[in-house]
Amino acid sequence: MSQNETTDADDEPIPVMQQILDNPFLLLFIGITVPTVFYIVWGVMEIVTIPVAK
Amino acid sequence: MSALLPPARRVWWKEPLDRVELAWILIAFAWSAILFFMMPYWHVFGKQNLSNEAYRISAEEFTKRTQTMVDKYTVRTETDEKIPVVHPPEGSDVYLIARLWQWWPLLELENGKSYRLHLSALDYQHGFSLQPSNINLQVVPGYEMVITVTPNQAGSYSIVCNEYCGIGHHKMVSRLYVK
Amino acid sequence: MNDSRNFRIDTPTGLQYHRDAELLIKANAFFGVVFLLIGGVLALLVSLTRWPSVHLLPADWFYLTLTAHGLDMLVFWIIFFEIAVLYFCSSTLLRCRLATPRIAWLGFALMLIGAVTTNVAIFRGDSSVMMTSYVPMGAHPSFYLGLILFAVGALIGCFVFLGTLVVAKNDKTYEGSLPLVTFGALTASIIAIFTIASGAIILIPTFLWSIGYIHQIDPLMYRTIWWAFGHSSQQINVAAHVSVWYAIAAIVFGAKPMSEKVSRTAFLLYIAFLQLASAHHLLSDPGLSSEWKIFNTSYFMYFAVLASMVHGLTVPGAIEVAQRKKGYTKGLYEWLRRAPWSNPVFSGMFISLIGFGFLGGISGVMMGTEQLNMIIHNTIYVPGHFHATVVIGTTLAFMSLTYFLIPSLFRREVWLPGVAKWQPYVFGFGMYAFALVMMGAGTLGVPRRHWDMSFAGTALPHEFPGSAYLMMGLVGISGVLAVIGGGMYILVTVGSLLFGRKVESSTFAQKGTPIPRAPVAATIGGHHGGAGFAAPGTFTLAIVFLVAFVLYYFINWKYLSTVWGIS
Ligand code: HEM
Ligand SMILES: [Cu+2]
Ligand SMILES: [Cu+2]
Repeated sequence: MSQNETTDADDEPIPVMQQILDNPFLLLFIGITVPTVFYIVWGVMEIVTIPVAK
Repeated sequence: MSALLPPARRVWWKEPLDRVELAWILIAFAWSAILFFMMPYWHVFGKQNLSNEAYRISAEEFTKRTQTMVDKYTVRTETDEKIPVVHPPEGSDVYLIARLWQWWPLLELENGKSYRLHLSALDYQHGFSLQPSNINLQVVPGYEMVITVTPNQAGSYSIVCNEYCGIGHHKMVSRLYVK
Repeated sequence: MNDSRNFRIDTPTGLQYHRDAELLIKANAFFGVVFLLIGGVLALLVSLTRWPSVHLLPADWFYLTLTAHGLDMLVFWIIFFEIAVLYFCSSTLLRCRLATPRIAWLGFALMLIGAVTTNVAIFRGDSSVMMTSYVPMGAHPSFYLGLILFAVGALIGCFVFLGTLVVAKNDKTYEGSLPLVTFGALTASIIAIFTIASGAIILIPTFLWSIGYIHQIDPLMYRTIWWAFGHSSQQINVAAHVSVWYAIAAIVFGAKPMSEKVSRTAFLLYIAFLQLASAHHLLSDPGLSSEWKIFNTSYFMYFAVLASMVHGLTVPGAIEVAQRKKGYTKGLYEWLRRAPWSNPVFSGMFISLIGFGFLGGISGVMMGTEQLNMIIHNTIYVPGHFHATVVIGTTLAFMSLTYFLIPSLFRREVWLPGVAKWQPYVFGFGMYAFALVMMGAGTLGVPRRHWDMSFAGTALPHEFPGSAYLMMGLVGISGVLAVIGGGMYILVTVGSLLFGRKVESSTFAQKGTPIPRAPVAATIGGHHGGAGFAAPGTFTLAIVFLVAFVLYYFINWKYLSTVWGIS
């Protein structure tokens, strides 16, 4: 167990994943885009392309 | 109360994982992969898959096609309403109408033979529920679902409506015979 | 608004309530409970009607009541309470002022007006269309209008939450990253924004259709977009109740998340993938391809299931670590045996967690499998499943949180603590039984939303086996038991507000004090480099869960393989 635990080195860069997780609006963007594209847009495209019965 | 407080370290991303967590993540990941794999696997090796063959169709057109089948293959009628019982040949197109609050007509199929079953609704949405096998499909007006069914046991089956379709929903029940 | 009573500091918990936030949390939670009460009375009526030998209501009243029960519970109770949770997790946990309180009140007013409007529409009798209101079955226009107003109000609440995060950041009331519980609430609010927007997108045209302005709504399109609302709203609940679990583990045990990284990544998987599962409801529909179904129903390769399995481990794991630190180290389970089982904040949370995983989670994955869906779609198995998720999981978690909020937020001692102590058990185990027997009946083919399983008066009735009647009888009995448990909750909460002794342990301040970071010493000590095995008891429980999951899953494939060939 270590000595460096009481203070973080303030100059240590924040890892990218942590930066993503710390950015609410980026997360909001992900949370809207993914389902909109894969669920809604893809689904609606399939429905509108259902052929008329021959 | 530290889930209620900001993380202790400025950089928490690099904190090591406990082995309990790591082991469980790996197990859960493997299990998720199996869960995912089962669906395509069943499409290739399983015998119960929806074909996803579907068309847009108007109520009039679907009724007309059903009527043509009924005119050709009716073998008798049942109930006071004289609902036709249709015995179509193997491999043929079999139509079943869902409407308030009836399945029409009655079908009589043969065990082990395959039929192309067409399902559509004329008014509201209905639920095709074959009992006691417990096979359940959504029936949507304006759309026709086509599946190939192969009964594997002779007997008298029921078709229950299991999508709420108004005040007569619980009266919407019919038969299907397999000889 | 610069007066000296802007913030109230609750001494025992150290929580700091901004005045506007405090009032809004109270108002939202209160009206949530009002709708829970209404929904609970309706639940009793519905259960007594589905109990075959009681068959209480006539058909029209049954369908009316069921429509109201679904909406009052699933939408109004849950979302009112969730807005309260969002304000709590932002303003209170971050010790900052709430962003735009007036707009938050506007949102609240819209929600209330909307909920009342829809209820009036239902109880007038011409809107018994079930909460799903599948077109072309139509309800009175005010039915949709109420839902739209409610949705807009709730959307405002989500944006106030996001705004409050910005306020906290600008005012520097916290350092570094958000607390995990607030992060979970953020997850819930993000999912809520997608959800509620989808609801508005489909309900606005449906409203226009109901007043004759639009000619037709495509039923399949309606189903697809409606479920982006209907199912995703369950995912708000999941994110919200998982956050509440973490919060309660922290409140009761001082438990610290086993790893911030793991828990937050699991929430990220929720944000990205959870909402895809709206496809669960369209697996037996015509016209959507298997590719679309498989991709979406599996949350893209079951990543969200993975996330839930992770939370299901890390919450009890964190509790185990905390308990072991306190010296409960004997064997695998001393930490659990010596947990405060008579404290409803804890017992409710733990019953919620176990029930959600074992009953709700396993059944949900089974139903959400493309082919397996065919053997339960629209049977009463489905409500069996979601009473395990949204009642045992969400509702019970929220109930447990209330027992903490009564003294801290409402400043009352819990009235009738003896009743409160037993409430989670009666409600929770009543619901365990209820969900199980409903699933049992569904496996035997009993349809959901159905007034008469004996099909009296029809020419060709179906005869369900005696076991199905037995199951439905048990649905009635266990439903009554759960309603009693729900009644105990209402009794205690409302009773505490009316008769509970006042708690006078607050000080006031003009400004909140910034929150400190979690103390470093509280990290899992001694296990650096990932070499520890800090929660062996939880791990064995998780393995039991996995075994149950695997067995149940493959039993269903086995059953599927015996039915008619379908291709
Ligand atoms: C006191 C406990 C409760 C009991 C005894 C109860 C009982 C029931 C029963 C018997 C049904 C009818 C199933 C059917 O015929 O299809 C039902 C449906 C439903 N319940 Fe509950 N319930 C309770 C609490 C809740 C809660 C807390 C929620 C949500 C948070 C909820 C949400 C629903 C929903 C969404 C439906 C489906 C409505 C529909 O099919 O449109 N219930 N409940
Ligand atoms: Cu029907
Ligand atoms: Cu029906």
